[in-house]
Amino acid sequence: MQADRLLVWVLRGGATLTALVMLLILVFLLFESWPALTGLSLIRFVTDAAWHPLEGAYHLMPMLLATLLASSGALMLAVPLGLASAVFIVFFASPRLAAVYKRLIELLAGIPSVVFGFWGLTTLAPLINEWHPPGASLLAAVLVLTLMVLPMITLTAYTAFVAVPDALLRNAAALGLSRWGMIVGVALPAARNGIIAGIILAAARALGETMAVLMVAGNVVQYPESIFDPVRTLAANIALEMAYAMDDHRAVLFVSGLLLMALVMVLSVLAGLFERHRHA
Amino acid sequence: MPEIIIPVSVRQKIRDFSLQGLMYLAVLLVSAVFVWLLADLVQGGMAHLSWTFLTESPRDAGRSGGIASILVSTLLILLIALIAAIPLAWATAVLLAEFVPIDSRFGRIVRFSLYVLAGVPSIVFGLFGNAFFSIYLGFGFSILSGGLTLACMLLPILTSTAEAGMRAVPDAYRLSAAALGMTRTAALIHLIFPAAAPALAAGLLIGIGRALAETAALLFTSGYVDRMPDSLLDSGRALALHIFDLSMNVPGGDMPAYAAALVLVSLLLGINSLAMMFAHGLQRRRILT
Repeated sequence: MQADRLLVWVLRGGATLTALVMLLILVFLLFESWPALTGLSLIRFVTDAAWHPLEGAYHLMPMLLATLLASSGALMLAVPLGLASAVFIVFFASPRLAAVYKRLIELLAGIPSVVFGFWGLTTLAPLINEWHPPGASLLAAVLVLTLMVLPMITLTAYTAFVAVPDALLRNAAALGLSRWGMIVGVALPAARNGIIAGIILAAARALGETMAVLMVAGNVVQYPESIFDPVRTLAANIALEMAYAMDDHRAVLFVSGLLLMALVMVLSVLAGLFERHRHA
Repeated sequence: MPEIIIPVSVRQKIRDFSLQGLMYLAVLLVSAVFVWLLADLVQGGMAHLSWTFLTESPRDAGRSGGIASILVSTLLILLIALIAAIPLAWATAVLLAEFVPIDSRFGRIVRFSLYVLAGVPSIVFGLFGNAFFSIYLGFGFSILSGGLTLACMLLPILTSTAEAGMRAVPDAYRLSAAALGMTRTAALIHLIFPAAAPALAAGLLIGIGRALAETAALLFTSGYVDRMPDSLLDSGRALALHIFDLSMNVPGGDMPAYAAALVLVSLLLGINSLAMMFAHGLQRRRILT
């Protein structure tokens, strides 16, 4: 049919454009970071004395480390909390309570990062400051990030638990396992791949998070000596310096963007693999 | 000294008991923090929120006045993003759900590209938007640049919700339509779209929520100017960016920032609740994470 053929061509055009957006982003990031990738030797990101972009010193390591520390700290807190929440919803709560708690987690997922940042800035940071100044610190960043990735971990773990075949759980019960024995020994291993995929995606989210971290982390470029030290992450650095960056400096910021994107891409592909082998 | 042997069953009881305690503790903690956050926002925001706050433009860097011009800019950015993203996303979804086999190469490439796009951090979208829309295409710091940058961000979520919605339409519909001699185009317009409408609406609402929540991608695309925009090529400050600016760069901006945050969160909670109503029964996780 004439109309159908036309439609398919239009749709193909649209889908091709959609797929090209990803490529376009990669091309432009590469294009903008090209001066730094070719003009500066990459080893300088590691060997330069410090991060003084206006004097041409581009030491990226403290910021990379801060990014990794903040994200892994957040995961260490969010994974147990998220798993516990999912177990609660699936295996313990009454249907009514489960619905309410799940709704709460979903609403938490919808709160924008700038609001988490604002709350961290006005509430958490002053509290931490009373305990151990200055307040705006790695710890504040970790706590805010925890809240932001918790819903993701809970909801993916929830889906993974729900997908565990009922027969497995009944067999476990028939063998006389206690409820926790069943959860730890049967449900958790059966849902493992889905849960891991969720955790990896949460890690990707935490690595790239900008605004909330920018608002609470203090933004001093340094290797933190304790969790109370202020730090600056890669993403926050981009947001802070893009406004006035020129030439090489701008290119280096694009390199750090490219680096973040590469990290996140590897993580999402990894998560995709786990998800695919969910029932393996 | 005789060794005290704890029987296995008792040990298991202890383990079960402590695990259960920890779980309830975690659930209580999460709920308490959520309530704390909301209570803080409501308490801080209500003190400053009023009708005039919504209808006046900001004065004195936002310390006084309201957020009227900010709301207008936000709405314009959102409209641009939706107008640009919806045709592309839904065309892609229709193609993936109705016209290509699920494991075709073209479909796989498009899906993979969207899957990766969905994970790209928003600050990277900001970098791209600045380089491509603002500088390469010459739109400058403008509502247009910001809207188009957001459109790129919305593509994955709009496509995947629409595709899931259309796949959920039973095949019997398509077979009956074919048996009646309808073209696939007609079947799509008269059967599949209406049947998938709740999913499309849910996806749309979630997309709107994402766009409203976005800050980092707009920092260097739509800019900071808080005046009422005259055209789409003017810079315009989005609501989320306004909260950021007030709390970080404006001493004494906390009270209006609370009020603006309360406005934004109420909007988002409303939109998300509505989306969940539409999405009820659909596979929620696909849509929400």
